[in-house]
Amino acid sequence: MGFVEKAVIMDGEEMQRAIMRIAHEIIEANKGTQNLVVLGIQRRGVPLARQLAEAIERVESARLPIGSLDITFYRDDLSTLGPAPRVGHTEVPFDVTDRNVILVDDVLYTGRTVRAALDEIMDWGRPRAIRLAVLIDRGHRELPIRPDFVGKNVPTSQREVIKVKVQEIDGVQEVVVGEVQQA
Amino acid sequence: MILKRKDLLGLEELAAEEILGILDVAEQFRNIFDRPVRKVPIMRGRTVVNLFFEPSTRTRISFELAEKRLSADIVNFSASTSSLKKGETLRDTAENIEAMKVDMIIMRHGSPGSAAYLARVLKSSVINAGDGAHEHPTQGLLDMMTMRQRLGNLAGRNVTIIGDIAHSRVARSNIWGLTKLGAQVTVCGPPTMMPPDVRRLGVRVEYDLRRAVDGADVLNILRVQLERQARSVFPSNREYHRMFGVTEEVVRLLKPECFIMHPGPMNRDVEISSEVADGPRQVILEQVTNGVAVRMAIIYLLSGGDPGSLRGETD
Amino acid sequence: MDWNWRSIPAEYVIANVRVCRGGKLAKRRGFLHVKKGKVETVGVGEPTAEGFPTLDAGGWVCAPGLVDLHAHFREPGQEEKETIATGSRAAAAGGFTAVVTMPNTQPAIDNAGLVRYVIDRGLEAGLCRVFPTGAISTGRTGETLCEYGEMVAAGAVGFTDDGSPVAHGGLMRNALEYASMLGVPIVSHAEDRTLAGAGVMHEGYWATRLGLEGIPRAAEDACTYRDIELARATGAHLHVAHVSTRGSVELIRRAKAEGVRVTAEATPHHLTLDHSLCRSWSTMFKMNPPLREPDDVAAVAQALAEGVIDCVSTDHAPHTATEKELQFDQAPFGVVGLETALAVGITHLVREGRLDLGVLVQRMSERPAEIFHLPCGRLEEGNDADFMLFDPDEIWSVDPAALQSKSKNTAFAGQTLTGRVKATFLRGRLTWRDADGSLEK
Ligand SMILES: [Zn+2]
Repeated sequence: MGFVEKAVIMDGEEMQRAIMRIAHEIIEANKGTQNLVVLGIQRRGVPLARQLAEAIERVESARLPIGSLDITFYRDDLSTLGPAPRVGHTEVPFDVTDRNVILVDDVLYTGRTVRAALDEIMDWGRPRAIRLAVLIDRGHRELPIRPDFVGKNVPTSQREVIKVKVQEIDGVQEVVVGEVQQA
Repeated sequence: MILKRKDLLGLEELAAEEILGILDVAEQFRNIFDRPVRKVPIMRGRTVVNLFFEPSTRTRISFELAEKRLSADIVNFSASTSSLKKGETLRDTAENIEAMKVDMIIMRHGSPGSAAYLARVLKSSVINAGDGAHEHPTQGLLDMMTMRQRLGNLAGRNVTIIGDIAHSRVARSNIWGLTKLGAQVTVCGPPTMMPPDVRRLGVRVEYDLRRAVDGADVLNILRVQLERQARSVFPSNREYHRMFGVTEEVVRLLKPECFIMHPGPMNRDVEISSEVADGPRQVILEQVTNGVAVRMAIIYLLSGGDPGSLRGETD
Repeated sequence: MDWNWRSIPAEYVIANVRVCRGGKLAKRRGFLHVKKGKVETVGVGEPTAEGFPTLDAGGWVCAPGLVDLHAHFREPGQEEKETIATGSRAAAAGGFTAVVTMPNTQPAIDNAGLVRYVIDRGLEAGLCRVFPTGAISTGRTGETLCEYGEMVAAGAVGFTDDGSPVAHGGLMRNALEYASMLGVPIVSHAEDRTLAGAGVMHEGYWATRLGLEGIPRAAEDACTYRDIELARATGAHLHVAHVSTRGSVELIRRAKAEGVRVTAEATPHHLTLDHSLCRSWSTMFKMNPPLREPDDVAAVAQALAEGVIDCVSTDHAPHTATEKELQFDQAPFGVVGLETALAVGITHLVREGRLDLGVLVQRMSERPAEIFHLPCGRLEEGNDADFMLFDPDEIWSVDPAALQSKSKNTAFAGQTLTGRVKATFLRGRLTWRDADGSLEK
């Protein structure tokens, strides 16, 4: 199986603008930054969470606590097979109880990853609220989950694949759409 | 996938990469122990049977805790409460349990090869929790996890195992696992406790404890089966302690960073003196904690768990 | 006249065979003329006798009926494993016309009545000669001698505590002395139980690896040594059963050279298999004595070729599937052997050039009959027509389900063997015919 890129749907600058817009929306919805924490979902949700926190810091001069979630052990599909990249870590270096948690992921698709992440956050404590921020919403939800902040809505077919690339992991910032081709 | 197998029967059959993969995943589970909720839902709806034909409180509790922390449903089945009478074969028992639709069987049995037998006749996954003097792979893994946390890469490290090597499944699993990871293993004990041709397993044999511990990075002290004294395997606890007991005097010969492991339960003042057992070198409680993490990792991986599958990039 | 397997008359001819006797396989084709259960003629070339039904055996080997000095037919007491009837059937299928049975039944064969019982059951089955041995001690307890005199008179051909060796040297000495008066051998299952301990396989690398308790060679050698010295001291005939170690081979070699009256046997499995097979955990490789190391196997095979070991005995030891299904350390010792013995010898000894076919046959018929003074084993004019036909080149694979024995615990399951028994005759009467019908040509 190979991934064949079809088009770049966001370049680095567009990504940066989308993150900045989300930062503004969060600050507005939260009426400031008090009580806010940011949790990125492994793997590309984590650098996006950091970029989002930096954007918020640029606007409000407040540094937000950042954590990461590895939802491996909260999945509902134990037996799925696949390649084996390194497992990320869950790191929640603060108490989530009574905080307003911004959960960050790169692409929202079926909603199952977010479901797992919500379960995991609940095991860490009882936040006052959890809001979901995603860079791309590509539709095809299988669970009643809706993002609160979206970088870009991208209607796709099920066959298509969205790849978000981030500087820390991929050495480039962009979002591409493509298809997986059977060998 | 890290484990391409249905069962875990011993460390003999594992490749070095598989061992390291298991230990990596075990570290992930180890992290969960520091969270407010020490439990993950990944094994929800799966049923695990703990089938213990020999009493072993520690191993059974460790497995049970591992299963609970993975949210599995558990059935405990021990020889005393089972219908296992003379005439009912292991196959009968096992098939009965499997007919109740379970996903995994953890078995402790006094007969070497019993886990391999069970694995052959059943479709469920089988984890060997000790089969006679043959293997005790999860103990071997937790020992290596503890060593790795302190020593990093085990290649080239010197591990000395002291005790009744001939009758120890812990020794065999340690020897297989450690030699695969490139460690130098020395076994030490009286010749009556040394199995024939043990050198062919890739270990150094030393009958003098003081020479055996020289240059060691870790001592792994085996529990002496006191009933073997009646069969003249050793003369007395006193003499065993004098010749093979790890005492303060032996500890003084160790490298400063050398630490001491024991699979428990200990015979104080037989294989280990009380001062050493309570001293700063021992890491026995770390072993116990790691035991739960290693067992979680094994159960998870044999259930089809694959940390590699997590990053479906689209969701 | 036409040959009909379904009605073989009192007088007939087997033509176009290669006769194998006296340790030699005839180079030229010959024939066998049987009349009223006796061998009329063993001839070379075309049959001289005419007017009798004649089987053209197509070049197969015609040999004396095989003789096994060591089989467990389990009756009385353990009929779920084997009976004298099913064991006899297995014997016939393996080309055997005479079997010496072991006395470790329940009850043990320790009196004349039980000796007669075994003989009668053998006659009833009518498929091979059954020669019982008696127990060395009453109830096999290792305490007091049985009534050897009465038992020999009833038909016992020797005495043995096979399965539970005589621990008491004094009793063994008395047994040898007393049996020597009656002209029968004492068969020693040479094992020092205190050395064998809880062992379940050979003590060595594989036992170490598998975590199974080992049986050291010394357990066998120490007892072989004791019994040889007792035979030397008493002048009695000692027969050492199932030799498995190179050490015992050397003890027997030396004793024979020094004139001690000792004979010995080896089993097909000890002649060909080694302890590494236990790595499969299969209880089909659990026997006592255990499978040893390759150099032991080679020494035992060499000794058989040289005649230091006199004969091949099967130690046919049937056990039920349920018993053999137990874990390795809990399952009973022993494997069946009658139906594979000849083919195992041909495949692993003859075809590998370690033994002539003629010698193998001699070690499985004439020699064992001779050392136990049995009235059979020779294919000679005037003798009972106990003989068998086998194809030395036929290749077959061992299917346990196809065995005639009541038990299927063979160590050779799935092995491809060369050499197949085609028909067996006892006193001129057909007792076995290979089921594949290939004789119909
Ligand atoms: Zn025997």
